[in-house]
Amino acid sequence: MASDLLFELGTEEIPSRMLARALAELPALAKARLDAARLTYGEVTALGTPRRLALVVRGLADRQPDLDERVVGPPIGAAFAADGTVTKAGLGFAAKNGVDPATLEKAEVPGKKGLYVVATRHVAGQPTLAVLPALLTDLIGAIPWPKSMRWGWREVGFVRPLHWLVALFGGEVVPVRFAGVAAGRATRGHRFLAPGAIDLTGAADYVEVLRPAFVIVDPVARRRMIAAELGRLAAETGCVVRPDDDLLDEVTGLCEYPVGIAGSFDRAFLEVPEEALVLTMRTHQRYFALEEGGRLAPRFATIAATVTKDAAIVRAGNERVLAARLSDARFFFAEDCKKDLGALRAKLDDVVFQAKLGDAKSTGDKVRRIVGIVDALADHVGFDRRVAGRAAELCKSDLLTGVVGELPELQGVMGKHYAARQLAADPAWADAAAAVGDAIAEHYMPRGAGAALPASLEGAVVGVADRIDTLVGCFGTGLEPTGSADPYGLRRAANAILAINLDLGKGGERHATLGAGRGFPIKLDTLIEIAAHQFAGKVEITDTDCGELHEFFRGRLRTVLIDRGLAGPDVDAALGAGFDDVCDARLRAEALAVVPPAAREVFKRIANILDDAHAKGIAISGEVKPAMFVADGNTEHRLWSAFQGVVDRLDAAQAGQAYRDMLAILVELQPTVAAFFDKGGVMVMDPDAGLRENRLSLLHRILAPFAAIADFRLASQGPAAPGLAAQGSAS
Amino acid sequence: MYLQDLIFELQRFWADHGCVIEQPVDVEVGAGTFHPATFLRVLGPEPWNAAFAQFCRRPGDGRYGENPNRLGAYYQFQVGLKPSPPDVQDLYLASLRRIGLDPAAHDLRFVEDDWESPTLGAWGLGWEVWADGMEVTQFTYFQQAGGIDLLPVTAELTYGVERIAMYLQNVDSIFDIKWDKNVTYGQIRHPWEVEYSHFHFEETDAAFYFGLFERYEAECHRLLKRGLTLPAYEHCMKSSHAFNLLDARGAISVTERARFIGRVRAMARACAEAYVRSRAKLGFPLLTGDDRAKAAAAFAAAEEGGVNAAALAAARAVSPLATEVARGQ
Repeated sequence: MASDLLFELGTEEIPSRMLARALAELPALAKARLDAARLTYGEVTALGTPRRLALVVRGLADRQPDLDERVVGPPIGAAFAADGTVTKAGLGFAAKNGVDPATLEKAEVPGKKGLYVVATRHVAGQPTLAVLPALLTDLIGAIPWPKSMRWGWREVGFVRPLHWLVALFGGEVVPVRFAGVAAGRATRGHRFLAPGAIDLTGAADYVEVLRPAFVIVDPVARRRMIAAELGRLAAETGCVVRPDDDLLDEVTGLCEYPVGIAGSFDRAFLEVPEEALVLTMRTHQRYFALEEGGRLAPRFATIAATVTKDAAIVRAGNERVLAARLSDARFFFAEDCKKDLGALRAKLDDVVFQAKLGDAKSTGDKVRRIVGIVDALADHVGFDRRVAGRAAELCKSDLLTGVVGELPELQGVMGKHYAARQLAADPAWADAAAAVGDAIAEHYMPRGAGAALPASLEGAVVGVADRIDTLVGCFGTGLEPTGSADPYGLRRAANAILAINLDLGKGGERHATLGAGRGFPIKLDTLIEIAAHQFAGKVEITDTDCGELHEFFRGRLRTVLIDRGLAGPDVDAALGAGFDDVCDARLRAEALAVVPPAAREVFKRIANILDDAHAKGIAISGEVKPAMFVADGNTEHRLWSAFQGVVDRLDAAQAGQAYRDMLAILVELQPTVAAFFDKGGVMVMDPDAGLRENRLSLLHRILAPFAAIADFRLASQGPAAPGLAAQGSAS
Repeated sequence: MYLQDLIFELQRFWADHGCVIEQPVDVEVGAGTFHPATFLRVLGPEPWNAAFAQFCRRPGDGRYGENPNRLGAYYQFQVGLKPSPPDVQDLYLASLRRIGLDPAAHDLRFVEDDWESPTLGAWGLGWEVWADGMEVTQFTYFQQAGGIDLLPVTAELTYGVERIAMYLQNVDSIFDIKWDKNVTYGQIRHPWEVEYSHFHFEETDAAFYFGLFERYEAECHRLLKRGLTLPAYEHCMKSSHAFNLLDARGAISVTERARFIGRVRAMARACAEAYVRSRAKLGFPLLTGDDRAKAAAAFAAAEEGGVNAAALAAARAVSPLATEVARGQ
């Protein structure tokens, strides 16, 4: 027999993002506890609003099954006397477990020596109603809240004060208590629209009973209802609601009963950059922005949490608040427009970027280093030095503007607007004003994993300079990430540098669009060296620091390439042959896909033999003397001539980075190489030093062109492919 | 509703609900929370219910009286309810009805906003309360003050009276708020905003106030050594205000800023600890009957483990939940 369980916790308003997380995790937490209690169940769902969190379990078994549990006791020597009778200790063990001493068994216990006494204890299944109180109390305590609070005299913590509990199993109240609240069957409706108690009968009609009490308890249904309300407002205003899924999620957690209301603001505010308007509406007011004809409209949509007598009052109130907010934003924008970005830059010397950098700690210092790096990069990357240089000088000035002070998320975006305005008024810069502005905005891009990359090469260059400076500075002062902790966002910074390289470098998605002589890559070792040089005389950046950062990049690049669908062994092998040119490393890793397992193994064997020889201190000249080919069956000669037959094609392919073609040749060579090693083949490590050296040189010559593509010691595709940690430094 | 009537109504409402109507503290403060009636009274096991209007100075927020929504000083109406009553949200909503913000006509919401005061070593969880999208109140369950865990917990309600008045009077500028039927907010406060913006941003003598900060700080610690907790805390407030002036003047760099905040926090902590000790010595006079002796004895017994542990022990000794706790609930 089975029944449904309904468990509802009535609270003061739970923060929206915390509610979402609790709802996401509650079913799994409940299932784990039901499983542990040997209770079978059907569908498990979590429902909720800011004022309630509910768990519904369908088809929950009425009782636990009985359990025969084997309990291990003392060693048999202690439980049984020499004559086989049960000792006092044995009797005690039997009594403790409620079994007849005659039923005690002797058995081996995994991980222990000798035999032990074992009792089979029969545990009668409990009625679910008896199991649930402790189970539900435990469940409440397990809900993950980022912060819990106390209230009144109560010391037990919960996300917000708890007011009621409903716990019904098959219509019966489960006697559970938490934080001084005893469960019953009474819930409450909407705080204002249906404040009285409502008796519930169970899970079956829970959602439907709450609906007329102005509580849409299913968050999915509530989200749909909000989307429908926004659709209605769009139709009424003739505008389009700008999609914002995160805001929709947040607003879903801010109401029990959503009511859409549209309002407007003075068109004059549209002179403020729209990013600032939209963000002000969003972060401070949780308003949706509306568009007309593809442009921001002087309107907004808000979701009220209650039905009021006259929506016009609520609309007018919201319009007044927004007008105050926007006039603040306009005030700051107008003040900011009067400020000179160059003068602001000078003030960055008083802003601390990273205190551990000592004499180089200010953001002003950082900007000087970014400028220096961008300048040095011009020798390696093709970009517009004038635009990138100016963008570098001004890229952090907006941190000291009023709008960014109020809305820090707009760093870069506001810098773009201010720089474009200021430079447009300067005859020497008017032609490049927009480009400098764009580069300033884009130097923060990508703003996260998978986010849009900088559109301009100059924005990309300034962004790379900014990030490599942070990375070198942090690695140089012991602030590298440890474990999962990465307080300075260094993984993200390295990933961004790699993503930009891969995008704008050779083989990258946008490389071809840049035009001749323009584009990445910059080699990673060179990049690190350039950035480290900027600290000269202020902070000591050691070779060890640079080496650690270099290895950090290997790990990041490995993750980036594997995330893009490349095979782990291919990536490891390709990076093993070097990764300073990350685009080249990607091309090599991609090409390795054409090499079948047998060919990998045979070249791995060559690499291992040469490794061994090297370890034994045997010098390999690389000079192959056909006169010394003496092995039976002419195997050496066949291999050498096969290689000679492809060497021109190989050279041509290598010059064109046609790694796939090179590796196709490797695959062609594979049978001949295999024959060289096969039974009856050649013994490389011949006792005769001359023959040995000649054979090693032969292998060396054959491996050399391919070793530039991949380290075949790492290319095995078997399940036991070595992990990164075992490889050491190979570059 | 005139501004002064708004305050009268709130005072009447909370007096009717058992609050002492205190008066503002006569020292410059940045928030009502600094008032000894809040910061000190939330500490320890004694119950306390109080309300007061407080003039709060925010030197850096001044706009020369030119911005209709920003002020360098404004009024907070603050209510402290200790222990936080179970129906505190309902009581609060009833107070809004009293001043004309009826939930049947307005969209009232509790939106997450956790509160923290690094200078006071205090934090709490709660909401900003919105009326039609406008924040009208900061509603906080105090969890810690002066680094001391609070038991019982105080609910602190801080009404922004100007905003509410602007809303109720349907005016777009703070300065147009009617204080009473004849006089506007601007007529009373605008000259202050203009002159103090000049003072805060241009005239504050940094060296003079750095000196004051040091001397107030030294005096705070000296008075604590003399067992004079309340005057010591007054000097903590004065230091904090000197810091706010220096900060608004731009005289404190980012790194120095954290250090100054740490110095104020150290004073606040020391005062908080001294205050709880002094209340214990007095036998926690706001408790009733034999609770005083019970709490004082529990405090003394636990004092070796520090003031925080002792304050919790004193509270547990008189907690009405003690029997419930003993039953494991």
